[in-house]
Amino acid sequence: MNVPVLGAARSRVEGPEKVTGRVRYTADYAPEDALHAVVVTSTAANARIAEIDERLALEVPSVVTILTHRNAPRVDARKQGPTSTLLFLLQNDVVQFDRQPVAVVIARTLEQAAEAADRIRVSYRAETPQTDLDAAPVAPVETIFGQPGTHARGNPDAPLPAGSVSVRQTYRTPTEHHNPMETHATIARWDSEGLTLWDSTQWAFGVRERMAQVFGIDPSRVRVIAPYVGGAFGSKGTPWSHVALAAMASKVTNRPVKLVVTRPQMFGFVGHRPKTEQRVELAAARDGALIVVKHVCQNETSIADEFVEPCGVFSRDLYAVPNYFMSHRLRRLNVSKPTYQRGPGESTGSFAMESAMDELAYALAIDPLELRLRNYSEVQPNNGKPYSGKCLRECYALAAERFGWSARNPAPRSTVRGRMLVGTGMATASRATHRSGSHARIRIDRAGEVTVAVGTIEQGTGSPTVFAQVAAEILGVPFERVRFLWGDTDLPQAPLAAGSQTAASVGSAVAAAAQALRRSLDELGGSIPNDGLEIVHAEEPPESEEAYATQAFGAHFAEVEVDPDLGTVRVTRFVGAFDGGRILNEKTARSQLLGGVVWGISMALFEQTRYDRRTARIMNANLSEYLVPTNADVPNAELLLVSDDDRHANPIGVRGIGEVGICGSGAAVANAVYHATGVRVRDLPITPEKLLAQA
Amino acid sequence: MNDFTFVKAQTTTGAITAVAREWGARYVAGGTNILDLMKDAVEAPPMLVDINALPLREIEWQQDRFVVGALARMSDVAGDPQLRGAFPAIAIALDESASPQLRNMASIGGNVLQRTRCAYFRDPATPCNKRDPGSGCGAIGGENRRMAVLGTSEHCIATHASDLAVALAAFDARIEVVGTRGTREIPVGEFYRLPGSTPQMETRLAPGELITAVIVPALSYSRRSTYLKVRDRAEYEFALASAAVAVDVANGTIREARVALGGIATVPWRSPEAERALAGAPAERASFERAAEAALTGARGYGENDYKIVLAKRTLVRALEMVTAP
Repeated sequence: MNVPVLGAARSRVEGPEKVTGRVRYTADYAPEDALHAVVVTSTAANARIAEIDERLALEVPSVVTILTHRNAPRVDARKQGPTSTLLFLLQNDVVQFDRQPVAVVIARTLEQAAEAADRIRVSYRAETPQTDLDAAPVAPVETIFGQPGTHARGNPDAPLPAGSVSVRQTYRTPTEHHNPMETHATIARWDSEGLTLWDSTQWAFGVRERMAQVFGIDPSRVRVIAPYVGGAFGSKGTPWSHVALAAMASKVTNRPVKLVVTRPQMFGFVGHRPKTEQRVELAAARDGALIVVKHVCQNETSIADEFVEPCGVFSRDLYAVPNYFMSHRLRRLNVSKPTYQRGPGESTGSFAMESAMDELAYALAIDPLELRLRNYSEVQPNNGKPYSGKCLRECYALAAERFGWSARNPAPRSTVRGRMLVGTGMATASRATHRSGSHARIRIDRAGEVTVAVGTIEQGTGSPTVFAQVAAEILGVPFERVRFLWGDTDLPQAPLAAGSQTAASVGSAVAAAAQALRRSLDELGGSIPNDGLEIVHAEEPPESEEAYATQAFGAHFAEVEVDPDLGTVRVTRFVGAFDGGRILNEKTARSQLLGGVVWGISMALFEQTRYDRRTARIMNANLSEYLVPTNADVPNAELLLVSDDDRHANPIGVRGIGEVGICGSGAAVANAVYHATGVRVRDLPITPEKLLAQA
Repeated sequence: MNDFTFVKAQTTTGAITAVAREWGARYVAGGTNILDLMKDAVEAPPMLVDINALPLREIEWQQDRFVVGALARMSDVAGDPQLRGAFPAIAIALDESASPQLRNMASIGGNVLQRTRCAYFRDPATPCNKRDPGSGCGAIGGENRRMAVLGTSEHCIATHASDLAVALAAFDARIEVVGTRGTREIPVGEFYRLPGSTPQMETRLAPGELITAVIVPALSYSRRSTYLKVRDRAEYEFALASAAVAVDVANGTIREARVALGGIATVPWRSPEAERALAGAPAERASFERAAEAALTGARGYGENDYKIVLAKRTLVRALEMVTAP
């Protein structure tokens, strides 16, 4: 008793099962008599389907049926609201992007379904697709995360005082696909009770609502089971077309149906981070005090949907600048719907803003870290609210010291190691964190075994471990006696596991439930009734929390080596310090931050979805040519936690850390490349040809 | 993937006979290439003849040549201490290929026959003269960052993918093949065909011929060789540019050199032009730069891959610097 379990660097409970391959992901489930469905996707990006020839496909043994727009049952594929997603459920002959579902083959074996899918010949009446961001039609931006897409404070257009120093540049980030290791997968089964789905999702309850709408049934008749999720990063936040197609296939065949999205299809209809173009204008007094920041952003969206990559949020909410302007614009291309990807807005926005800050530091001849400190904001600069907690100053100091930043010679190309040019760069990490309502059930049995249940999901972040720690800490029981159940809409309701909100949202609900259980036990004098004791708690964030701004912060310092002849870049050192409020588990927290940093390195140097501009066909829809870092590309990163006791964020004092690691880390790498080479690449990723062209 | 017959051959003759009998039948060893292509519907052989049981896995020195059985795995060969010492360029080319898992499976015979990574070749939804003769070349005017700048034609600009074959080209290796008409050896320099107007014809192998060995003749200065591979990330990526070089240097002068380039050409690109420029030249950067200019004479970019002309030159210069460093 009274062993501090919360915060401890505890290995995740499912770790041994995961590394020995015993954990079951959605596609590992195999209901008896299940059929296999394979989606056929479009090869045109702006077309009407002229003809679908199924004859060769039907010759494949064990094919049960083939669904196309000609015979698919009519369902409700419409958007539920402006930020919802149009589903492509074979309701008409319109094709709007490469790899849109156009048919579904259902067979008794996966191999035969796949072969039949290959044999389907679809011909199109194709028109030239729109692939040019500058020429594409503009779509309206209503809101970003419920806030205005355009925002100004002070007088951003006032003439600049004499002697001020400006930076005006445009930064670009490419289309990026999430590519979790586990591809999307759904198993659907209809019976007299309704629809049961096993789905790889970040939000079982969201899947339930959407499928109830699509099939016109009450949500209570839909049960969604979300087993272990092998990574998601936003791509599994809301259900895409394949979930409904699996359910449709099951309905038509009256059998359970398993549908696994293939890797090439992962580049098709399951979302991506949109291409962005960001114009950043900064002006500062000679002493480095920012006078004005403007951040004008546009990103691609699809023909049918509007998704805003809210790049401006990063600059809006970070530095103390009296005059500010931010805007967002959408351009419609023949691409699938973009969606949230780890650090939406703040990852891409931080690349632009923190690169521009680095450029400003050079223009002013002020150390880049010193420039950030001179513009440090003690309150949230956009709304003036106090922060629930902010230890960014400490992050800067600690990381800079561990990195040895003060010894830096700021001159580009000033440091050489053998043949290599060595550069160092830094950037600020910042990410708004959220909290939503969540329910939790907690039960203690006569023997003192505790079961905590919330219908959240486990996507590799450590939820089952961390929430058991929360309950164990509050109840004062050993960690080993607490079991966490998740991943089922039959369990208490949980919010979308995204936006760095799960620890705060589910954690607060579990804490409140555990506290209620503890009080009940205390009232009983500590004795547990024979049939145990159970508490169900519904936790909603009180309005009082809105008095504070909650953001996670950090400081990134990167060292790179650049081969000046060959243009290759390797990250050789990385130090980051992060403030995420109270840390629930030092080990899983550090893993989250490391994952974020690796994503930042990846964004800076590797990731890019490449389209054929003539056809809008994606030409690197595989993990050989869509590059992500290998272990050899990731240095031993030193990641430090600067914890404070955040009394205002939420009852357990956490600010989410799932995304702050990617925010700014790409810019730190880009700034290091500039320091190494004197070449400023404003168009990610930083590939050898861009350095060779300018060197 | 199409239905196909799977036959396990017990003897070389049995394998050749099986493939000769079935039109379109293919040999399979490690399967790291053919199975990929079948899954992507690029190839659809009616029969696969598994040759893994054939006695072709030996690696041995025979007097003045190194003989590598066609079924030796890439990792077997890369790990051979004698080969590492005698032909560093070959060992490094293998080390830098693919991933450990793939190197444990992929055979040497399969490696030299691996198909291009050209995205258009690998995507049946797009035009490709190599996959579908007469359909056009999608890469010209399309995504061509990884495509070739040497040996191209208006019909095909696909880059040859093998690292190993580049090193083999530098050492005048020969490919031993056996078919229904007997055994023969084909020099690597003649083994690959330029795409010309028939990019679907990639090698001089006759239908049904089976590679049984790769033979590397001894070279007095082969120890002074290296392979340099340049790519975006540190591991597990095909070359943007590569160079296999060997030099015979005495008193600061290059007596003779071998140069082959990879990642930039439609076939493993031996460069006699660079070798001539180096022969008799002082072992210094200026000579290397002249050799690089000579090697890339006639190179042609297609837009996104223009950078490869500069990158290939610098890769060659660097490789020569590495191998001549004291």
